[in-house]
Amino acid sequence: MSIAGSWYLVLAAILFGIGSLGLLIRRNVLVMFMCIELMLNAANLTFVTFSRVLGDIGGQAEVFFVLVVAAAEVVAGLGIVVAIFRRRSTAIADDISSMKG
Amino acid sequence: MNHLALLATAGRTIPDVVVFFAGAAMILSGAIGVITLRNPVHSALSLILTLFGVAVLFIEQQADFLAAVQVIVYAGAIVVLFLFVIMFLGVDRREEISTEPLASQRPLAIVLVVAAVSSIIALGAEAKWAVGPQHVNGRTLGPYQNIGALGRSVFTTYLFAFEATAALLVIAVVGAVVLARRSGSATSDESIPGSAIYEDAAIGEGDD
Repeated sequence: MSIAGSWYLVLAAILFGIGSLGLLIRRNVLVMFMCIELMLNAANLTFVTFSRVLGDIGGQAEVFFVLVVAAAEVVAGLGIVVAIFRRRSTAIADDISSMKG
Repeated sequence: MNHLALLATAGRTIPDVVVFFAGAAMILSGAIGVITLRNPVHSALSLILTLFGVAVLFIEQQADFLAAVQVIVYAGAIVVLFLFVIMFLGVDRREEISTEPLASQRPLAIVLVVAAVSSIIALGAEAKWAVGPQHVNGRTLGPYQNIGALGRSVFTTYLFAFEATAALLVIAVVGAVVLARRSGSATSDESIPGSAIYEDAAIGEGDD
Protein backbone atom coordinates (compact mmCIF):
# COMPACT_ATOMS: atom_id res chain seq x y z
CA MET A 1 0.00 0.00 0.00
CA SER A 2 1.20 3.51 -0.67
CA ILE A 3 0.67 7.09 0.40
CA ALA A 4 -2.66 8.05 1.96
CA GLY A 5 -5.08 9.63 -0.49
CA SER A 6 -5.59 12.72 1.64
CA TRP A 7 -2.01 13.85 1.00
CA TYR A 8 -2.68 13.89 -2.72
CA LEU A 9 -5.92 15.78 -2.20
CA VAL A 10 -4.19 18.49 -0.15
CA LEU A 11 -1.50 18.77 -2.83
CA ALA A 12 -4.17 19.05 -5.54
CA ALA A 13 -6.00 21.74 -3.56
CA ILE A 14 -2.78 23.77 -3.25
CA LEU A 15 -2.05 23.33 -6.96
CA PHE A 16 -5.56 24.48 -7.83
CA GLY A 17 -5.11 27.51 -5.57
CA ILE A 18 -1.82 28.46 -7.24
CA GLY A 19 -3.47 28.14 -10.65
CA SER A 20 -6.44 30.31 -9.72
CA LEU A 21 -4.11 32.87 -8.09
CA GLY A 22 -2.10 33.10 -11.30
CA LEU A 23 -5.30 33.47 -13.32
CA LEU A 24 -6.29 36.41 -11.11
CA ILE A 25 -3.00 38.29 -10.96
CA ARG A 26 -1.37 37.72 -14.35
CA ARG A 27 -2.30 39.84 -17.35
CA ASN A 28 -0.69 37.99 -20.25
CA VAL A 29 -3.37 35.90 -21.93
CA LEU A 30 -0.96 33.04 -22.68
CA VAL A 31 0.14 32.80 -19.04
CA MET A 32 -3.53 32.83 -18.01
CA PHE A 33 -4.07 29.82 -20.28
CA MET A 34 -1.15 28.07 -18.57
CA CYS A 35 -2.81 28.73 -15.20
CA ILE A 36 -5.99 27.08 -16.49
CA GLU A 37 -3.84 24.07 -17.36
CA LEU A 38 -2.54 24.03 -13.78
CA MET A 39 -6.11 23.95 -12.45
CA LEU A 40 -7.05 21.14 -14.86
CA ASN A 41 -4.04 19.15 -13.67
CA ALA A 42 -5.13 19.60 -10.06
CA ALA A 43 -8.53 18.16 -10.99
CA ASN A 44 -6.83 15.28 -12.82
CA LEU A 45 -4.74 14.48 -9.76
CA THR A 46 -7.89 14.40 -7.65
CA PHE A 47 -9.62 12.06 -10.12
CA VAL A 48 -6.71 9.63 -10.14
CA THR A 49 -6.48 9.72 -6.34
CA PHE A 50 -10.15 8.83 -5.92
CA SER A 51 -9.76 6.19 -8.62
CA ARG A 52 -7.04 4.52 -6.55
CA VAL A 53 -8.81 4.92 -3.20
CA LEU A 54 -12.12 3.51 -4.46
CA GLY A 55 -10.44 0.94 -6.73
CA ASP A 56 -12.51 2.21 -9.63
CA ILE A 57 -11.32 2.71 -13.21
CA GLY A 58 -13.95 5.39 -13.87
CA GLY A 59 -11.78 8.15 -12.44
CA GLN A 60 -8.97 7.36 -14.83
CA ALA A 61 -11.37 7.30 -17.79
CA GLU A 62 -12.55 10.73 -16.67
CA VAL A 63 -8.95 12.01 -16.71
CA PHE A 64 -8.69 10.74 -20.28
CA PHE A 65 -11.64 12.92 -21.30
CA VAL A 66 -10.29 15.90 -19.36
CA LEU A 67 -7.08 15.61 -21.36
CA VAL A 68 -9.02 15.69 -24.64
CA VAL A 69 -11.07 18.70 -23.55
CA ALA A 70 -7.89 20.49 -22.43
CA ALA A 71 -6.30 19.92 -25.83
CA ALA A 72 -9.40 21.24 -27.62
CA GLU A 73 -9.56 24.23 -25.28
CA VAL A 74 -5.92 25.12 -25.90
CA VAL A 75 -6.34 24.83 -29.68
CA ALA A 76 -9.43 27.05 -29.76
CA GLY A 77 -8.08 29.51 -27.19
CA LEU A 78 -4.75 29.99 -28.88
CA GLY A 79 -6.56 30.45 -32.21
CA ILE A 80 -8.54 33.27 -30.60
CA VAL A 81 -5.35 34.76 -29.14
CA VAL A 82 -3.69 34.73 -32.56
CA ALA A 83 -6.76 36.35 -34.15
CA ILE A 84 -6.83 39.08 -31.48
CA PHE A 85 -3.09 39.65 -31.81
CA ARG A 86 -3.37 40.16 -35.57
CA ARG A 87 -6.00 42.86 -35.07
CA ARG A 88 -4.74 44.58 -31.90
CA SER A 89 -1.08 43.42 -31.70
CA THR A 90 -1.29 42.81 -27.96
CA ALA A 91 -1.55 39.77 -25.72
CA ILE A 92 -2.31 41.66 -22.48
CA ALA A 93 -5.80 41.11 -21.14
CA ASP A 94 -6.25 44.70 -19.96
CA ASP A 95 -5.68 46.05 -23.45
CA ILE A 96 -8.51 43.93 -24.89
CA SER A 97 -11.20 45.64 -22.84
CA SER A 98 -13.21 46.92 -25.80
CA MET A 99 -15.49 44.60 -27.75
CA LYS A 100 -15.56 46.85 -30.80
CA GLY A 101 -13.55 45.38 -33.65
CA MET B 1 -12.81 -2.24 5.17
CA ASN B 2 -13.68 1.32 6.11
CA HIS B 3 -12.58 3.55 3.25
CA LEU B 4 -11.95 6.56 5.44
CA ALA B 5 -9.64 4.48 7.56
CA LEU B 6 -7.95 3.32 4.39
CA LEU B 7 -7.37 6.95 3.44
CA ALA B 8 -6.11 8.00 6.82
CA THR B 9 -3.93 5.14 7.97
CA ALA B 10 -2.64 3.48 4.83
CA GLY B 11 0.65 1.82 5.60
CA ARG B 12 3.40 3.50 3.62
CA THR B 13 6.97 2.66 2.87
CA ILE B 14 10.00 4.91 2.59
CA PRO B 15 10.27 4.87 -1.25
CA ASP B 16 6.62 5.89 -1.58
CA VAL B 17 7.16 8.86 0.70
CA VAL B 18 10.30 9.89 -1.19
CA VAL B 19 8.55 9.66 -4.57
CA PHE B 20 5.53 11.57 -3.29
CA PHE B 21 7.57 14.44 -1.91
CA ALA B 22 9.78 14.59 -5.01
CA GLY B 23 6.69 14.81 -7.19
CA ALA B 24 5.07 17.35 -4.90
CA ALA B 25 8.22 19.51 -4.93
CA MET B 26 8.30 19.38 -8.75
CA ILE B 27 4.61 20.28 -8.97
CA LEU B 28 4.68 23.17 -6.51
CA SER B 29 7.96 24.73 -7.67
CA GLY B 30 6.82 24.51 -11.29
CA ALA B 31 3.42 26.02 -10.50
CA ILE B 32 4.95 28.90 -8.55
CA GLY B 33 7.37 29.43 -11.44
CA VAL B 34 4.47 29.63 -13.90
CA ILE B 35 2.78 32.46 -12.03
CA THR B 36 5.90 34.41 -10.95
CA LEU B 37 8.32 34.30 -13.91
CA ARG B 38 7.98 37.33 -16.13
CA ASN B 39 9.02 35.81 -19.44
CA PRO B 40 6.19 33.67 -20.92
CA VAL B 41 8.75 31.20 -22.32
CA HIS B 42 10.09 30.58 -18.82
CA SER B 43 6.51 30.13 -17.59
CA ALA B 44 5.94 27.46 -20.24
CA LEU B 45 9.12 25.63 -19.19
CA SER B 46 7.99 25.73 -15.55
CA LEU B 47 4.66 24.31 -16.71
CA ILE B 48 6.56 21.32 -18.14
CA LEU B 49 8.10 20.73 -14.70
CA THR B 50 4.66 20.71 -13.10
CA LEU B 51 3.27 18.33 -15.74
CA PHE B 52 6.17 15.91 -15.20
CA GLY B 53 5.53 16.01 -11.46
CA VAL B 54 1.89 15.13 -12.03
CA ALA B 55 3.00 12.25 -14.28
CA VAL B 56 5.29 10.99 -11.49
CA LEU B 57 2.37 10.98 -9.06
CA PHE B 58 0.20 9.19 -11.65
CA ILE B 59 2.79 6.39 -11.79
CA GLU B 60 2.95 6.36 -8.00
CA GLN B 61 -0.82 5.80 -8.02
CA GLN B 62 -0.54 3.02 -10.62
CA ALA B 63 -2.15 4.98 -13.46
CA ASP B 64 0.55 4.01 -15.95
CA PHE B 65 -1.27 4.82 -19.18
CA LEU B 66 -2.33 8.25 -17.96
CA ALA B 67 1.25 9.06 -16.95
CA ALA B 68 2.44 8.28 -20.47
CA VAL B 69 -0.40 10.28 -22.02
CA GLN B 70 0.31 13.14 -19.63
CA VAL B 71 3.91 13.39 -20.84
CA ILE B 72 3.10 12.88 -24.53
CA VAL B 73 0.00 15.06 -24.83
CA TYR B 74 0.59 17.75 -22.22
CA ALA B 75 4.36 18.17 -22.15
CA GLY B 76 4.83 17.09 -25.74
CA ALA B 77 1.95 18.73 -27.59
CA ILE B 78 0.20 21.38 -25.52
CA VAL B 79 3.32 23.08 -24.15
CA VAL B 80 4.91 22.99 -27.61
CA LEU B 81 1.76 24.67 -28.93
CA PHE B 82 2.11 27.32 -26.22
CA LEU B 83 5.76 27.89 -27.09
CA PHE B 84 4.94 28.04 -30.79
CA VAL B 85 2.29 30.72 -30.26
CA ILE B 86 4.53 32.70 -27.87
CA MET B 87 7.34 32.81 -30.42
CA PHE B 88 4.99 33.25 -33.37
CA LEU B 89 3.45 36.33 -31.78
CA GLY B 90 6.79 37.63 -30.53
CA VAL B 91 5.49 38.28 -27.03
CA ASP B 92 8.46 36.59 -25.35
CA ARG B 93 9.65 39.80 -23.78
CA ARG B 94 9.32 40.53 -20.10
CA GLU B 95 5.93 41.52 -18.84
CA GLU B 96 5.95 44.31 -16.32
CA ILE B 97 4.18 42.93 -13.27
CA SER B 98 5.00 45.89 -11.02
CA THR B 99 2.24 48.19 -12.22
CA GLU B 100 -1.35 47.05 -12.12
CA PRO B 101 -4.36 48.96 -13.39
CA LEU B 102 -6.75 47.76 -10.72
CA ALA B 103 -5.63 48.86 -7.29
CA SER B 104 -5.77 46.18 -4.57
CA GLN B 105 -6.57 43.43 -7.05
CA ARG B 106 -3.50 41.40 -6.16
CA PRO B 107 -3.79 41.39 -2.33
CA LEU B 108 -7.50 40.69 -2.65
CA ALA B 109 -6.77 37.76 -4.96
CA ILE B 110 -4.18 36.34 -2.54
CA VAL B 111 -6.57 36.62 0.41
CA LEU B 112 -9.42 34.99 -1.52
CA VAL B 113 -7.28 32.11 -2.81
CA VAL B 114 -5.79 31.39 0.62
CA ALA B 115 -9.28 31.40 2.14
CA ALA B 116 -10.64 29.11 -0.59
CA VAL B 117 -7.79 26.58 -0.37
CA SER B 118 -7.82 26.45 3.43
CA SER B 119 -11.57 25.98 3.49
CA ILE B 120 -11.30 23.20 0.89
CA ILE B 121 -8.70 21.43 3.05
CA ALA B 122 -10.78 21.97 6.20
CA LEU B 123 -13.88 20.57 4.50
CA GLY B 124 -11.89 17.58 3.27
CA ALA B 125 -10.63 16.91 6.78
CA GLU B 126 -14.13 17.14 8.23
CA ALA B 127 -16.36 15.46 5.68
CA LYS B 128 -16.60 11.80 4.74
CA TRP B 129 -15.67 12.45 1.15
CA ALA B 130 -14.23 9.11 0.17
CA VAL B 131 -16.96 6.77 1.29
CA GLY B 132 -18.78 4.87 -1.40
CA PRO B 133 -19.12 1.61 -3.22
CA GLN B 134 -15.90 0.30 -4.68
CA HIS B 135 -15.24 -1.05 -8.20
CA VAL B 136 -18.42 0.41 -9.70
CA ASN B 137 -17.01 0.84 -13.21
CA GLY B 138 -14.48 -1.96 -12.96
CA ARG B 139 -11.24 -2.44 -11.09
CA THR B 140 -8.06 -0.50 -11.77
CA LEU B 141 -6.15 -3.82 -11.88
CA GLY B 142 -2.82 -2.35 -10.81
CA PRO B 143 0.39 -2.29 -12.86
CA TYR B 144 0.73 -4.06 -16.24
CA GLN B 145 -3.05 -4.38 -16.59
CA ASN B 146 -4.01 -0.75 -16.24
CA ILE B 147 -4.14 -0.11 -19.99
CA GLY B 148 -6.47 -3.04 -20.59
CA ALA B 149 -8.81 -2.00 -17.80
CA LEU B 150 -8.89 1.60 -19.00
CA GLY B 151 -9.47 0.55 -22.61
CA ARG B 152 -12.36 -1.75 -21.68
CA SER B 153 -13.92 1.04 -19.61
CA VAL B 154 -13.54 3.71 -22.29
CA PHE B 155 -14.90 1.53 -25.09
CA THR B 156 -17.84 0.08 -23.15
CA THR B 157 -19.07 2.26 -20.30
CA TYR B 158 -17.89 5.57 -21.72
CA LEU B 159 -18.35 4.83 -25.42
CA PHE B 160 -20.79 7.67 -26.05
CA ALA B 161 -18.53 10.17 -24.29
CA PHE B 162 -15.61 8.89 -26.33
CA GLU B 163 -17.48 9.52 -29.59
CA ALA B 164 -18.47 12.95 -28.32
CA THR B 165 -14.81 13.84 -27.71
CA ALA B 166 -14.07 12.86 -31.31
CA ALA B 167 -16.70 15.35 -32.48
CA LEU B 168 -15.30 17.94 -30.05
CA LEU B 169 -11.80 17.59 -31.44
CA VAL B 170 -13.02 17.94 -35.03
CA ILE B 171 -14.98 21.06 -34.09
CA ALA B 172 -11.95 22.54 -32.31
CA VAL B 173 -9.64 21.92 -35.28
CA VAL B 174 -12.14 23.39 -37.75
CA GLY B 175 -12.71 26.36 -35.46
CA ALA B 176 -8.98 27.05 -35.15
CA VAL B 177 -8.56 26.91 -38.93
CA VAL B 178 -11.52 29.24 -39.47
CA LEU B 179 -10.24 31.73 -36.88
CA ALA B 180 -6.75 31.83 -38.33
CA ARG B 181 -7.84 32.00 -41.98
CA ARG B 182 -10.52 34.67 -41.61
CA SER B 183 -8.28 37.13 -39.80
CA GLY B 184 -5.42 36.44 -42.21
CA SER B 185 -7.46 37.14 -45.35
CA ALA B 186 -9.09 40.20 -43.75
CA THR B 187 -5.83 41.93 -42.93
CA SER B 188 -3.65 41.01 -45.90
CA ASP B 189 -5.25 41.98 -49.21
CA GLU B 190 -8.77 43.34 -49.01
CA SER B 191 -8.87 44.68 -52.57
CA ILE B 192 -8.31 41.38 -54.36
CA PRO B 193 -11.49 39.32 -54.85
CA GLY B 194 -11.83 36.52 -52.36
CA SER B 195 -11.78 33.66 -54.85
CA ALA B 196 -8.25 34.44 -55.98
CA ILE B 197 -7.00 34.48 -52.39
CA TYR B 198 -8.54 31.12 -51.62
CA GLU B 199 -7.18 29.56 -54.81
CA ASP B 200 -3.69 30.79 -53.95
CA ALA B 201 -4.05 29.50 -50.40
CA ALA B 202 -5.18 26.10 -51.67
CA ILE B 203 -2.21 25.86 -54.02
CA GLY B 204 0.15 26.86 -51.22
CA GLU B 205 -1.27 24.25 -48.89
CA GLY B 206 -0.94 21.60 -51.58
CA ASP B 207 2.74 22.38 -51.88
CA ASP B 208 3.20 21.86 -48.15
